[in-house]
Amino acid sequence: MINYQLAPEQEELRQTVAAFARDVVAPVIGGFYEREEFPYEIVARMGKLGLFGLPFPEEYGGMGGDYFALCVALEELARVDSSVAVTLEAAVSLGAMPIYRFGSEEQRRRWLPDLCAGERLAGFGLTEPGGGSDIPGGMRTTARLVKEDGKGEWVVNGTKAFITNSGTSITSLVTVLAITGEKGEEKEISSIVIPNGTGGFIIGQRYSKVGWCASDTRELSFTDCRVPEGNLLGERGRGYAQFLHILDEGRVAIAALATGLAQGCVDECLRYATEREAFGKRLEQHQAIQFKIADMAARAHVARLTWYDAAARLLAGQPVKKEAAIAKLVASNAAMDNARDATQIFGGYGFMNEFPVGRFYRDAKVLEIGEGTSEVQRLLIARQLGLRP
Amino acid sequence: MNIVVCVKQVPDTATERRLRPGEGTLDRATPDGLINELDEYAIEEGLRIAEAHEGEVTILSMGPAKAAESIRKALSMGADKAIHVVDDGLAGSDALATSYAIAQVLEETGFDLVITGSESTDARMGVLAAMLAERLGVPQLTLASKVDIDGTRITVRRVSDEGFDEVEASLPAVVSVMEKINEPRYPSFKGIMAAKKKPVRTLSLADAGIDADQVGLAASATEVVDFAARPPRQAGVIVKDEGDGGTKAAAFLTERKFI
Ligand SMILES: Cc1cc2nc3c(=O)[nH]c(=O)nc-3n(C[C@H](O)[C@H](O)[C@H](O)COP(=O)(O)OP(=O)(O)OC[C@H]3O[C@@H](n4cnc5c(N)ncnc54)[C@H](O)[C@@H]3O)c2cc1C
Repeated sequence: MINYQLAPEQEELRQTVAAFARDVVAPVIGGFYEREEFPYEIVARMGKLGLFGLPFPEEYGGMGGDYFALCVALEELARVDSSVAVTLEAAVSLGAMPIYRFGSEEQRRRWLPDLCAGERLAGFGLTEPGGGSDIPGGMRTTARLVKEDGKGEWVVNGTKAFITNSGTSITSLVTVLAITGEKGEEKEISSIVIPNGTGGFIIGQRYSKVGWCASDTRELSFTDCRVPEGNLLGERGRGYAQFLHILDEGRVAIAALATGLAQGCVDECLRYATEREAFGKRLEQHQAIQFKIADMAARAHVARLTWYDAAARLLAGQPVKKEAAIAKLVASNAAMDNARDATQIFGGYGFMNEFPVGRFYRDAKVLEIGEGTSEVQRLLIARQLGLRP
Repeated sequence: MNIVVCVKQVPDTATERRLRPGEGTLDRATPDGLINELDEYAIEEGLRIAEAHEGEVTILSMGPAKAAESIRKALSMGADKAIHVVDDGLAGSDALATSYAIAQVLEETGFDLVITGSESTDARMGVLAAMLAERLGVPQLTLASKVDIDGTRITVRRVSDEGFDEVEASLPAVVSVMEKINEPRYPSFKGIMAAKKKPVRTLSLADAGIDADQVGLAASATEVVDFAARPPRQAGVIVKDEGDGGTKAAAFLTERKFI
């Protein structure tokens, strides 16, 4: 039998993050969102709370928790706001995790402590303007190893698109996937760490986005950008395999975040439906509204079970490719559907930016796109079922 | 420095609270027990003082078995250890009886500084700190909005109706803190994990040397004679401003002794 009860320490973490989201994030995040401003103060406080170090060992400045704990925190943050949730998600599972998983001891000691403390952020640059789903097919960015006087340097050229956390004033580095050579017909792909401030690394303007407006997303370009040979992360030529691993985990995290948004819609509607009246009854007394909220609660519940299951497999070291893709697909659907219904229940107010459900509506869509589109999730599930083109 | 912070578990103020018919005591079996909000400030103050003066913080809580959750949270915030006084014989104790029981424990553990919240959100008596100080024979510095310690001198800002008084005493002493004296920290995950390994001593009346005849409902000096549900809120009074709105508003407030 499976027991989906959170352990006492996970439950305490959940309650703590819920209180933090309610008391620290909720009162001010709407303003940051409308101003499209990155909420440095909130991120600093999330750092103090230890959220950025959750899944990392204490020897690197982490909290000694695990990936499940991170996902619990993401769900609770996203119940209130997705911009801060995705900032945490990208910083940990895309930014710091590759360094922890694939970095040398020296690289871990150099970069992880600041990242775990949330004093610095890291990004992960995979997607390019020419395509994000088709990796490595659509990839153009190159890194050439040049040796002068026995000293090796990578010379990076290319452009990356939509990179989260890459241009804040506290961003320390971006790990970039680049073509480092050819193996017969195939591209040889490797991960290279590029510290912000390196010459030839140009950080573009922030995009004007439909949602996640208080998170940092930018285009990055590299023109003869040189970093030491030692900035190669893990083995040369392993970049593709590394990113598959990172994205499997990342999908579970995004599923938790999407579950939070779906639950946040339920929370908001439960409150609103008891206050608002129409045709002489409170909204909650209209069966059509009750059924909508019941469906929403059911979707959030299912979404939660899928990510719990995928995260539990991840921790147990079991294969997770299919379950992670299912969790991401199901949870992002739930988020979209719930955001649509919640906005409907709020009527005209649902279309106003000052209400959280308006933000939920705008934030939900990207969950079907980032870290692998829903089509890509279906492709992954189909592959795991043995279906081939 | 040996700092003891007294912590009470109270029902969540956001949920409906009920009094037990017959006894007129609060039904503490309600599902959501939280740390009394003002005690969170007391814990934070204790932790800050301990950090600055190489102290150790002990959480002392008297309450039913369920209060263990609140004790754990206080430990997650960073306190070093805890004492939980739990015994059916304590149920229904009023402030006087409670202060006797807690003072008994404090006599045994010893202390340099005892910190409490200035009142609890359930009973709102606001007298425990003073009673403790009296029983222990040490200075009381209540309603503190700022605490400074220099060696064995303790100085607090004591909030008054007009502003504040500066009150000074020497340790050991009892301090009660006000809201907003600091910003209580959230427990970190490391703190939560560490709390699982921190020692919690559970004491019965006998263990703590508390005389059973001096605590509990029967031994309490106060008695709830009668109680009734709060009447439903009345509709507000709307004053139409015909040039004399200010005067009418002032008259309204004066009548109710607000000004
Ligand atoms: C706010 C935001 C933040 C992001 N952060 C990051 C980041 O930090 N790092 C990073 O590397 N990337 C990031 N991304 C990029 C994101 O991962 C990509 O946008 C996503 O993977 C899709 O790639 P694409 O935009 O190039 O779409 P395309 O790959 O061009 O896809 C276009 C459409 O075609 C569909 N499609 C493609 N191939 C197939 C197929 N074989 N069968 C069926 N349908 C198909 C897709 O599902 C999609 O609907 C971010 C994106 C956004 C919007």
